[in-house]
Amino acid sequence: MTFLYAAAIAAYTGCGLYLMLSRHVVRIILGLALLTNGAIFLIFFSGRIGSMVPAVIPLGDQQLAPDAANSLPQALALTAIVIGFALTAFAVALLVAAYKRLDTLDAREMTAAEDMGSPFLPPGGRPSTGGRPSNNGRSAEKTPEAEKKSDEVKTNG
Amino acid sequence: MRSIILVASTRIFFIAMVVVSLWILLRGHNEPGGGFIGGLMGAAAFATLAFAAGVDDARKMLRIHPAVLMGVGLVLAAVSGLPGVVLNGSYLQHQWLELDLGLFELKLGTTLVFDIGVYFVVIGGVLSFMFRLYEEEQG
Amino acid sequence: MADQLDLLWPVLIPVMTAALAACFWYNIRAQRIISFIGLVLLFAASVKLTMTVVEHGVIAKQFGGWAPPFGISFVADPLAAALVAITGLLALTVGIFGFYDVRARHERAGFYPLFHGMITGVNGAFLTGDAFNLYVWFEVMLVTSLGLLVISRSREQLDGTIKYGVLNLFGTILFLIGLALLYGATGTLNMADLARVLPGMTMTPGLMTAAMLFLAAFAIKAGLFPLFFWLPASYHTATFAVGAIFAGLLTKVGVYATFRTFTLLFLIEGETLRYVFTFIAAMTMITGVFGAAVQWNIRRILSFHIISQIGYMLMGLAIATPLAWAGASFYIIHHIIVKANLFLLAGAIRAAGGSDDLRRTGGLLKSHPWLAVLFLIPALSLAGLPPLSGFWAKFLVIDASLRAEYYGLAAVALVVGVLTLFSMMKIWMEAFWKASPVTPSRRRYVPVAFIIPIVMLGAVTMTIGLFAEPFVTYARDAGDVLVDPPLYIAPVFGAEAAAEAGALIAGDAVEAEVIETEVIETDLIENGADDGVEEEVR
Repeated sequence: MTFLYAAAIAAYTGCGLYLMLSRHVVRIILGLALLTNGAIFLIFFSGRIGSMVPAVIPLGDQQLAPDAANSLPQALALTAIVIGFALTAFAVALLVAAYKRLDTLDAREMTAAEDMGSPFLPPGGRPSTGGRPSNNGRSAEKTPEAEKKSDEVKTNG
Repeated sequence: MRSIILVASTRIFFIAMVVVSLWILLRGHNEPGGGFIGGLMGAAAFATLAFAAGVDDARKMLRIHPAVLMGVGLVLAAVSGLPGVVLNGSYLQHQWLELDLGLFELKLGTTLVFDIGVYFVVIGGVLSFMFRLYEEEQG
Repeated sequence: MADQLDLLWPVLIPVMTAALAACFWYNIRAQRIISFIGLVLLFAASVKLTMTVVEHGVIAKQFGGWAPPFGISFVADPLAAALVAITGLLALTVGIFGFYDVRARHERAGFYPLFHGMITGVNGAFLTGDAFNLYVWFEVMLVTSLGLLVISRSREQLDGTIKYGVLNLFGTILFLIGLALLYGATGTLNMADLARVLPGMTMTPGLMTAAMLFLAAFAIKAGLFPLFFWLPASYHTATFAVGAIFAGLLTKVGVYATFRTFTLLFLIEGETLRYVFTFIAAMTMITGVFGAAVQWNIRRILSFHIISQIGYMLMGLAIATPLAWAGASFYIIHHIIVKANLFLLAGAIRAAGGSDDLRRTGGLLKSHPWLAVLFLIPALSLAGLPPLSGFWAKFLVIDASLRAEYYGLAAVALVVGVLTLFSMMKIWMEAFWKASPVTPSRRRYVPVAFIIPIVMLGAVTMTIGLFAEPFVTYARDAGDVLVDPPLYIAPVFGAEAAAEAGALIAGDAVEAEVIETEVIETDLIENGADDGVEEEVR
């Protein structure tokens, strides 16, 4: 049984890590969600799964049944689930906003922050944009020279 | 896009879900339930409404901004710990008040205030994300 | 009893401020007033906590009236108390800076609830005495800081926030996995309890994995050598007020957690761990300072310097003598103030020169001479010139490394200090000395709200530099507690349990000696066998 649990946790963590290696940001977030779940299972299993009696005081009683399950890992797992849920929700909202503004979900094309004050670009960001980097910098109308520059950034940064 | 059947039946579901969520909130101390699960249920009610009738209707039904709800809930939860500081010198040590109402015994505790606070925080937190995402979807 | 409640307020006040500010979502004026009152109260409460700790030593408090290993304990040792006090000061000064820097649309996007929520997370992480609770505070800090970082929703911020968020989230998950392994091995997550239990346990592979996962998780949070990439990718995109508080506090929470873990839970005894930390410390210093050299954006330069400075703090962990701990504690306190001040100054330079790209600004020495003076105080302090606070900080850690015969580490620290000076001079030459590349169409003014906090923090830097002695004494107290886990255990579990744990830790050392002598004896016997002594023994 222990082997089964361990294999399940390993599968979750492995899938999560594999997805995180992707360049697609949505996959990265999905990977993080899976990884969180793997960690939560690990917490749950660390409390040893021995008893199937719920850790709830039966109606009319004053104390927990003696063979009740360990309630601490359940509390820890619940807390981690709540936090993981909130962070995943936030990450998804962030992705929607990022997709609208940056027009891409490919991690390689997200260079807006990297371009600020970069030694590989002339002052003021990418040459094709002309103005401040915050206003534009969309890659649609790249000149060949800018293309070369951005390749340089990729290899150097 | 809007289906009349969906909108009409959602109103009934909405009321039922809110009532159930309140019931889950109140039974929570001695039985499975409580502020978090009740709050999720309540948030689901508003999310269903937003899905069927639009975010504007759901926002109107909620009346206040979800962030305000979160703030109120957090204040309630934080304040519920203060009686413990005054009486026992220990924050979040919960105090109980037992009232004999003749017919039945009513047991009130500061945990109830805490749970209601959690209920509000969860509804506010879930809805502030949910409404935002629905609105992004609509443009 | 009443004194122990001091532990509560540095966390409860920002929670209440954040919650009340959220209650007045549509009333920005009310939010500003609540926020300012909250900041003043927080500063008062954190100073009170530090005074209590100075008076009584380490203090602890159980929440909810539960007995120690079950309830959540809050513990304030001198290091944590000092960090809370600095957080209070920094929150107040950045709050003043924000009067001008925080725009109306940031306020409508929930700046005040997020800001105070983040302060809650930071203070909670400093004060908590429970490892799982530390994880919760980390997440509180992470989610609110994500909100603060992306508050303008510009392209740069969205890009930076995704990198910041993904890598930090990964770090907290590693921490969570480490916690699960630790809980599985020990059955407790209260730090004082862990400090009692762990010395008596053998270092199984599970425990070792937990320790290394903690190291990796906190290395991401603190921006240590191989895992710092998120930091210079995101900090320079934040608004100036947010950038300053991030630069001052967030990485230092990671450093604090590393210190706490490797002084209380997993003690640095073996040579291997020391080598690991020495290597990480040296590489963090070097990569940070070289990364800064090529950049042109002021805050990107400063972000890389955060990394190199964190290497100095980690020197304390690598050397692990009381003196080194004192030096590292002093360094953290000095660094938070100086670095936040430099980030605020980047905002002032932007206001005065029109750009935060050094190639597009200049001539500020002529137009704003006093700004140049205000810049030099933290810049030279960062580089470690006397008589500023940075000199004493560097002096303490380098002195400790020389005494412990870590000459390589000391040499790296000195060289990195010179390179830091080079970087600061680059900002000075480009922004202040050289003529402006563009003729300004009008005279630009730096708002008073920017100057007040910069002067305040600069004054603190000068004070620490000129009257270093009380601060060094305090840092030594902090170092003494870090070296001696029973001092941390006693307020939580009582003196008796602490003495037992102390004996156990000491016993560990004795046991190791016993094993060593046994080895020598067996060696003797084996050698003796050749000499024919074996027969005699039989």
